Amino acid sequence: MQISMLAPEIEIALLGLLLLVLGLLLPHKGRGIMGTVTFLGLVIALLLSAAGFGQEEALFNGVYQADSYGSFFKLLFILAGLLVVLSGSAYIQRLGRRANEFYSFLVFALLGMVVMAAAGELITLYIGLELMTISFYILTAYLLNNELSVEAGLKYLILGAISSAVLLFGISLVYAVSGTTVISEIAGHMQFQPAMVAGIILMIAGFAFKLSLVPFHMWAPDIYQGAPIPVTAFLAVGSKAAAFAAFVRVFMLALPLPQFEWGLVLAVLAACTIILGNLVALVQTDIKRLLAYSSIAQAGYILVGMVAGNEYGLKGVLFYAMLYVFSNLGAFAVATAVEVETGSTSIEAFKALGKRSPMLAAIMTVCLLSLAGIPPLAGFVGKFYLFSGAIGAGYLWLAFVGLLMSMVSVYYYLMVAKAMYIGTNDDMTPIKPDTSTRVALWICLAATVLIGVYPAPLSALAQTAIQLF
Amino acid sequence: MNWPILSLTLFMPLIGAIIIMTLHREREQAIKYVAAGATLVSLILSLVVAIGYDRSLGGIQFVESIPWTADLGVTYALGVDGISIPLLLLTTLIGFSAVYASWNISERVKEFFSLLLILITGVMGTFLTTDLFIFFLFYEVVVIPIYLMVIMWGSSKRVTKEYAGMKLTIYLLIGSAFLLVGLIALFVQSMAVNGAPSMDLMTLAQTEFSQSFQVFVFALMAFGFGTLLSMFPFHAWSPDGYAGAPTAVSMIHAGVLKKIGGYGLIRIGIMILPAGAQVIAPIIAVLALGNVIYAAFICLSQKDLKYIVGYSSVSHMGYVLIGIAALNLVSINGAVIMMFAHGVMAALFFAMIGNLYEKSHTRNVDDFGGLAHQMPRLATGFMIAGLASLGLPGMVNFIGEFTIFVGAFSSFKVLTIIAVSGIIFTALYILRTLGNVLFGPRKEKWDHLQDLKGPEMVPLLVLGAAIIIGGIMPFTLMDLINNGVGSLISQAGLMQIGGIL
Repeated sequence: MQISMLAPEIEIALLGLLLLVLGLLLPHKGRGIMGTVTFLGLVIALLLSAAGFGQEEALFNGVYQADSYGSFFKLLFILAGLLVVLSGSAYIQRLGRRANEFYSFLVFALLGMVVMAAAGELITLYIGLELMTISFYILTAYLLNNELSVEAGLKYLILGAISSAVLLFGISLVYAVSGTTVISEIAGHMQFQPAMVAGIILMIAGFAFKLSLVPFHMWAPDIYQGAPIPVTAFLAVGSKAAAFAAFVRVFMLALPLPQFEWGLVLAVLAACTIILGNLVALVQTDIKRLLAYSSIAQAGYILVGMVAGNEYGLKGVLFYAMLYVFSNLGAFAVATAVEVETGSTSIEAFKALGKRSPMLAAIMTVCLLSLAGIPPLAGFVGKFYLFSGAIGAGYLWLAFVGLLMSMVSVYYYLMVAKAMYIGTNDDMTPIKPDTSTRVALWICLAATVLIGVYPAPLSALAQTAIQLF
Repeated sequence: MNWPILSLTLFMPLIGAIIIMTLHREREQAIKYVAAGATLVSLILSLVVAIGYDRSLGGIQFVESIPWTADLGVTYALGVDGISIPLLLLTTLIGFSAVYASWNISERVKEFFSLLLILITGVMGTFLTTDLFIFFLFYEVVVIPIYLMVIMWGSSKRVTKEYAGMKLTIYLLIGSAFLLVGLIALFVQSMAVNGAPSMDLMTLAQTEFSQSFQVFVFALMAFGFGTLLSMFPFHAWSPDGYAGAPTAVSMIHAGVLKKIGGYGLIRIGIMILPAGAQVIAPIIAVLALGNVIYAAFICLSQKDLKYIVGYSSVSHMGYVLIGIAALNLVSINGAVIMMFAHGVMAALFFAMIGNLYEKSHTRNVDDFGGLAHQMPRLATGFMIAGLASLGLPGMVNFIGEFTIFVGAFSSFKVLTIIAVSGIIFTALYILRTLGNVLFGPRKEKWDHLQDLKGPEMVPLLVLGAAIIIGGIMPFTLMDLINNGVGSLISQAGLMQIGGIL
């Protein structure tokens, strides 16, 4: 066993601790460098996990897996973290002296995600999950003087704790039946009995909550709206991808489809999620809530790939999760820039953005259209993989539902575009985002377009990562 | 041919759009010249392709092929044959004219011309590619620029431009959702049959699909492409959309974009799914009759010039659909040439209406009268478009309609006879409209209107020339089309009937 396999995890943990200490030690004026330190630390983590990509090894008797699948998600989380830090720095600076811990919690949440994706055992997975969600509880309630934020934090804490309990109960039942918590060994020790069915259902419910699948989605919009916007962005992208990483690993390895028929259950969940998420998004007037419902729907699409459970479907899950980082964070980065400037996230604030800042408006449009699955942007290719998988697995009806609803989603995405391009605003001062936001925006735009036009590299990467199954 | 002439033709407008994006927004003249230059180069290159195409050899020529995404079987593959060349020419002709028809745009010039050029590239790409995935990619690329152009530069008359734009977008997207399901099903099924992923149209055409699968997928395509081609009863987006859209968008939409529907039905539907086509075709033929007759009746009661042309284009698409549905060499030949003919005609019509509306701020037929006194050149444009529309011999539209009816008669006797009556209604509403707008006593209140001059003449000259040359020398296009359709039909193994015109 080589400890160097854990280099990214160790580096991220150290970074989190370093940020805590730096926040205490640095004089008030020097704290401007916190963002830079976080950024550099994450870049190192990114390089470390990129270097480790392709290695396959089980550490601690299979408790922790250093494999391509985990590495793919590690890259994804760290990229998401980097983009959030870049695009959110102007916003985080406004938090004043509490900005230090903010970075630190962000990094710990990231560590939790990484552990979730690489956990080879259910308890480790649970620890990663708790590390991530507890950091998010704090981050959600970070605007202490803002009622919405505090309410969101409390809601998230209560509902999150219940769902964790449900998940844990499911895990314990599975353990009771199989006698092991190591994911790869469970399948061999399972026999069909009511406790096992209950265990699977509880685990599905637990994960469904984290993924905000209908009908476990109620928490998401309020929390997305109340949380500080960089947190919302990270929550929407990172937390969801982490839950998917764990969900897919557990269900594909421990409860393989041919043996346990969970496909149809998830297919129904996916269909409900896609339909409800998109329909409710149609009437939203706040961009954060709109993106919250849209991200509920997006989780539904990703779930389609898992329902299919075949090569194209699983590749689609990874592919989509990655492009979702760029497209969704691009949209959030624009929303962050607008909120920093106007203090509002209602669609009203986006009116005439096409004149106030053509770049922001263009990037917002491109990112939203990518989420809607309009070619030649990344989202289209992602959906193509997901629904090829679904049709290949015989879920033709699901493909109909998914593709029809994704065309419906164009309506509310275009409503934002309409506000930006033909709305009129009393305040016509140009919006000039700071350099780091601009960098993040350009990265998101470039990735969204490039992945869409030339998907081969990302699809090869996803192909390597799913060799596990 | 060593240099990638098709890629150059295709991406020239896009390059123009990128150049425009780098120009300062105040330099409006420069932006317009770049747009005109890019589309002109594209037009010339497409003429080179049309002339350079070796008719004795036939088949797909000027092939370019670069592997793109292996696991989806996608290849960046371009190539043209006798069916795509006329439509390529149509695109570049209308694209070039559309730039000049928008010469007087003064608001957000930079955004307008970059979106317009992206739109032209998107439309052209669908006709040039021989890869199903790339086809769909280009097809959907066009929808969003159109929405943005309608809401930013459109006009609100009977319906608001926001309504028109959204209606158009949602109709087309819903149609394309069904199309996409069909396309993915085709991809998955062909992978199961062939053992390897492929999106190449030729490979898919040689794959043996079961009849029930073909019927299912063809039905989805008929719905998707039918919506795009404004097949009755999915046509409602078309008149409202054209009425709300700015002139250039109406021109491109009615002129070329709709034709992607017909092209897709022929190229993807009939070629890949011949057995499915044979089952669904009679249904399409009956619906097409709805287009021809129902839309013509609506035209009779319209007052707004754009609505008249909008519904008349729905009506004319009925002929194209009947031609496609008859599934024989002559009728499909007719459908292709009709698509070309209707394209140039509709674009010319919309260019003239746009010009008139810009100057008079009304499109109501009753407001006009005797315009031929003040605007003789504009009246000429209206007359050419109008007479082409009613299928006067000597215009290219006559060739199209005649060929379609000759071909379709052998497949659907009664339907064809009813459809021919559409010509009478067309003559009725077109002649009445032209008479009310152009002729009669001079009206003083329009004395201030300036006739076409300078750049405004370009659409009239280019499109008018295409209509008349195509009408007098139909063999220029007909040989080409016959060549392409012939090989497609032998490919699809359909019953071959008769020679050509």
